[in-house]
This record gives sequence, structure tokens and C-alpha cells, in this order.
Amino acid sequence: MTMKIELLIRGGHVVDPAHHIDAIHDVWIHDGHIVAMGDYDGKPQRTIDAQGLIVCPGLIDMHVHLREPGAEWKEDIESGSRAAVAGGVTTMCCMPNTNPTLDHAGVITQVKMRAQQVGLCHLHPIAAVTRHLAGKQLTEMRELVRAGAVAFSDDGKPIWHAGVMRKALEYASSFGFLVIQHAEEPTLTDGGVMNEGWVATQLGVAGMPVESEDSIIARDVMLTRLTGARYHVAHISTQGAVAQVRSAQAEGLLVSCEAAPHHFALTEEEVIGYRSDAKMSPPLRTEKDRLAVIEGLRDGTVTVIATDHAPHHIDDKRCGLECAAFGIVGLETMLPISLMLVRDGVLTLPQLIAKMTINPAQLLNLPAGSLAKGAVADVCVFDPDATWLLNRDTLRSKSHNTPWHGKTMQGQVCYTIMAGNIVFEKTSNEGL
Amino acid sequence: MGIADLSSDDIMWLLQLGESMLDINRRSIKKAPTLRGKTIINLFFENSTRTRTSFEIAGKRLSADVINISASTSATKKGESLLDTGQTLAAMQPHLLVVRHGLAGSCAFLAEYLQNTAIINAGDGSHEHPTQILTDLLTIQQSLGSFEGKIMTLVGDIAHSRVARSHLLAAKIMGYHIRLVAPKTLLPLHVARYGCSVYHDFDAAIPGSDIIYMLRVQNERLTSACCFPSIREYHEAYGLHRARQRMAGDHCLIMHPGPMNRGVEISSDVADSLNSRVLHQVENGVSIRMALLTHLINANNPPMLAHNNEDEDDDED
Repeated sequence: MTMKIELLIRGGHVVDPAHHIDAIHDVWIHDGHIVAMGDYDGKPQRTIDAQGLIVCPGLIDMHVHLREPGAEWKEDIESGSRAAVAGGVTTMCCMPNTNPTLDHAGVITQVKMRAQQVGLCHLHPIAAVTRHLAGKQLTEMRELVRAGAVAFSDDGKPIWHAGVMRKALEYASSFGFLVIQHAEEPTLTDGGVMNEGWVATQLGVAGMPVESEDSIIARDVMLTRLTGARYHVAHISTQGAVAQVRSAQAEGLLVSCEAAPHHFALTEEEVIGYRSDAKMSPPLRTEKDRLAVIEGLRDGTVTVIATDHAPHHIDDKRCGLECAAFGIVGLETMLPISLMLVRDGVLTLPQLIAKMTINPAQLLNLPAGSLAKGAVADVCVFDPDATWLLNRDTLRSKSHNTPWHGKTMQGQVCYTIMAGNIVFEKTSNEGL
Repeated sequence: MGIADLSSDDIMWLLQLGESMLDINRRSIKKAPTLRGKTIINLFFENSTRTRTSFEIAGKRLSADVINISASTSATKKGESLLDTGQTLAAMQPHLLVVRHGLAGSCAFLAEYLQNTAIINAGDGSHEHPTQILTDLLTIQQSLGSFEGKIMTLVGDIAHSRVARSHLLAAKIMGYHIRLVAPKTLLPLHVARYGCSVYHDFDAAIPGSDIIYMLRVQNERLTSACCFPSIREYHEAYGLHRARQRMAGDHCLIMHPGPMNRGVEISSDVADSLNSRVLHQVENGVSIRMALLTHLINANNPPMLAHNNEDEDDDED
């Protein structure tokens, strides 16, 4: 008997790394879930013609700053969700450096509820490791997880105090929770606005040495060995950091890391001309570091790509390099920038998609990242070859702090489907 | 905006113009009508007596209307941004803004948004101090005749010095060689890529020097930032005193951008010695700034030092 079906994605090249699918299939969606892949006797209400397009699980970005609550003029959950789905992202994990910080169950619940009201993108908060991100007293991790937190981080700030970090790792790992570190030794980066090196020397600005990142990771790897904890390095950016994570993994420690597109696509040279849209923490590094991050992505040391989407108002960026806030938006550029890795032969397309779907899903135990029958129908349909011009004024994010303004992107999201609903559809003038 | 924007011909031409201004400064009636009816705003976000005064005198001797705005009286204390201050002043239609600001790149930043206002960089953070360097070059030219192959030994807090960065760029353009002298705590990373030599031992750098250029030491920077343990030890290791001047020989010029800390980076007997060019630098500073003001405002030239002017080289002949 022919079933009534809500949505058919027809004829697309399905890439579902979780199930090693890399072939042309029809994808049938009903009642918010995947009902079948391949032949199915159904009568769809709507059909998306995906011939020539890639159909993959909705992307996961496990590192975003949505600024709500507390700084809604930069971004809020609604604008952040719109930016996400425009970038093919259907699941986000938001960082706790809001105001108030995500260190109490009530705030976690509020953030989750707001995302549900918006209804565009799944949102899983990452809660603070320490109260008020002050680096002193641990948060009530068990209750935060019950409220919906999926991991812990003081991101934006490092967990600097070695004793506190040890306790955090011990406590979190007692219950299987993941601790995510913003790896930065603050006494080495004090006053720094970019990578320490030749470019900073010429610009006459203080730098942040790679050692600030490497030294914290070296310490944390020792503490991970001591505690048996699960430890994840956010936005890895240096050659030394990648090497340390690689050797910790070889040793069998539960150490993982993510890389942000800007760290494998750009270098410190981007800052020349005092460009505040190339200012972030950790900073853009040298070509040697960029290539090391790419090698980490290639050999599997770096399992996740995440954006560190960090919206800032133009007033916080248009004030000279040394005054400007750290961070760039990334949700809408993650896919096209990352596809560079496939074009350059670093990764196969399934390998790349895995780093933005099933890998973060497994790391954080999220109900997302695959197109299995019965799974929630989060799907990204994109054209890997289409080129378009990035204009920061057309970004969905409230903030427009991107270093790629005016650059040509290759790879364009055509449809984003979240829980069976088409939440983004490319319009004909998209990217013009 | 910076020495980096200039060619060797630009610099030689400006030095020549500066030299010609010396006359006005030395005669009894120190006024020329060159810039009558022109408005110059000195916008100083950092304290500076000599640079600001030098620009003010330069403007006034050329009959321009000069307005001084210093950080203590400006709206920045009330939270107004650099950009707003710049735009507000630019809206008053001055012919030229002279900007000193504590942030590197601040002048380039202003120039980006104030496209119709000429701007002179009077020092931007630790980045560049181009008018000081032109002043120094005029002083060197007067005493040594040329730059090619000359050795300048530059001593002190290189890491935080805009004077050092501008000299490192100028040395490449004009063909003199720089020996940097400082402990590693006062040197920025990869500084040797400028093509200079780097010494930690002052005495080793002295022989053969044509110029010893001492940078001002900022006490608070040295001790609070852990760059140096004490003024006493600094003077012993990197201070220029009589014995070191003797090692350098009679021909060697002593320079300092001022203000000097006597007894810290330079001892009084050296500062006041025959070979000291410190006061010549000050005098030449006025002439060079007169040359720049004349060039930028009067010649109907596109602003030569302005950031977004690409074909400045064509205007010199």
C-alpha cells in the first residue's frame, strides 16, 4: 500500500558516514523522522530534487557563542539559529560565557526552551566548569546534566588553576562527563592581541605565543593521565598542541580535540593592516601551524570541526586592533571553508562530513548525526561545487565580524531540514 | 602613516625641504605665510610635550591656525571612541589632523574612515613614529653627510618602541645598518628579520658605530612587566656613560628622541657632550614638521603620508 509521506529528497548523493553510505539514494521523511532510504512505496507531499547535490545528516557545531542571555545585541538564540540553518547546521552546542553564565540548571533550561520556541535548530548547552567562570568552585555538574548540559567548559577563559583543573577532571569523569578546555596560559598571553611572531613584531602589538596553548595542554594531558578523565581541547591552533593530542591518543588517554575552519584556512598574515576581523583567541597562527592542524585532521587526531562562532557588535570590532573584541562568526561559512579540505585531497567527503556530524555526536552523546531509519530527520542538502560571494551584510547572524567578507565561497547549502521541517531553503538571489 | 610608505626619493626630498625650513627658524621674525588660512588639529591621546610643541610651532611659523587637543581635555575620557573623536574633528573641516595615540595602527584606522582628511602619524602605539625618524635622518645627514653603510647602534626597549620600528624600516630604505642592543625581555620575536644585528652586550656593539641611539626607558614598564630587575642594573648593562662613549670614539654621534632619563639610559656628561645631537634633533624636528605640513596641505598634492594614497611616488618630481 502506498504510504502518504511528508517529504522525499530525491536522487541526491547521500553521505552518511555513520553508516558508511556514500551513494545515490532517495531519502524519505515522515513525522519528523527518516522512514526509509532507497526504494520505498510512498506518495510524498513534497519532493526535493537533489540530483547533483549532496545529502548528509544535518551538521553539528559543538562550539558556538549565542550571546543569550546577556548580550542579545550581538546575537540571540533566534538569530544564531537562523545563521546555523543557513550554514546547514541543525544541532549546536552553546558555550556558557553568557550573562548570567550557564552555571545553574535554571539558565540551562531557559536556553533550551528558547531554542525549542524558535524551533529551527537543536540546541544543547555546554555548562560552566566553575561558577561564574571564575575558576574556583565547581558547578553542580550532575544537576546541570539533568537539565540538559552535554559537556563542561569555561570557554573564553581557560581553567587555569592546575588544582581546580584536576578536581574538575576527577569530578566530571566520576560521572562520565566531558571537560572542554580553552587552552591558554593567561600569564603568557597577557595583553596579546594576535599570534606572537614576525607579523606582531612588525605591527608593534603584543603577541600570544604558541607556548601559551601548548603548555596548558601539556599540563592537562598529565592530569588526564592522573585522573582517567575525558578531555577535549577546543579550537586547537598550534603544531605543538596537535602533536601533544596525537601522542596522548596513542597512549590511550581519552583526549580529543576540535579545529575551527579559520585555523586551518587562514594564518596570522590575515591580521596585516590591523584587521580586527582576523582577531580571535586562540589567534591565527603561522603557516606551519595551519598545516599541522590540517595534518591532524587528515590523520584523525582532530576528530571534530567546530566554528567557535563568536558574534561581536561592530562597535566592539571597529575600534582598532588592540581594542577590538576577540572572535569571528562562523556558522554560515563552516561548510564552504571546510570543503577546501576535500578539494585539496586532505579528506574524503565522508571523512569531512563525519567531523561535522557523527564524530561530535558520539563525543557528546547527542541524538543526531546520522540518517539511519528512525532517526530524527535532520538533513543538510548542499551543492559542493556552487560558488558564491560572501557579503557580510547578508549574514543571518546579528553580527558581521567575518574575515571572509568579499571572498568567493565554494559549496552552498540548498536545503536544511530539521526534525522533518524545511528550515532553510536557498533563494535564487542567495549569496549575491 | 609610516616610514614603510616612503621611498628613498621621498625621504631625500623631504629632508631637502626640511633643511630649507631651517632658515625660517633661525631668523628673528619666524613667520612665513605659506599656510595662512589653513587649520591644523593636533590630536594627542598620549602625553607628549615635545612632539606636540614641535608640531604646534611648525604650524604657527607657517601661519596656520593650530588647535591642540590632548587626551586629558578630550571627550575620550567621557567614553567617546577614537573613531567618533576623529569623525567629529574631521567634520570641522581641518586641513590636517596630527594624531598621536597609544594604540598601534590607530592612525591607519582613522585614515580608513576619514578618507577626506589628511592625517599625520605622530606616533601610534609601539608601531611607528615617522616624523621622529625623518628628524633623526636630517640630523644624521647634517653631521655625516650620507646614510649608506653607516652603523647605528640602537639601545633600549626595542619591543615597545615605535622609534625603533621606524628606524628599522628606514635603515632598509636608506642603506644604513642597525645594531640592536637589549636583553631578550625587551626585544620582540624574530626582530632580526628586519635585517639588523642583535646584541645583548652593549660593549660588544659599540666598536665601529657611527651613531649610538639611546631609547627612553620607561621605569614602570621595566619593573612591573618584569622586563628588567632594576634601574641600577639597567644603567650598568645598557646605560651610555663616559667610558662607553670613549670606546665609541670621537666621531660617534649620540642621539636620543627625548625626553631623556639622565642617569638611567644616558649619563649627563654624555648627554651634554660635544657629540650629542639631542638638541639638533629637537631643532630639526620643527623644520621637518614644517616641511611635512607644507607638503601635505599646500602643494595641492594628494596627502603623501596618508594611508590610502597609492601613487605618492609620482608626485615628487
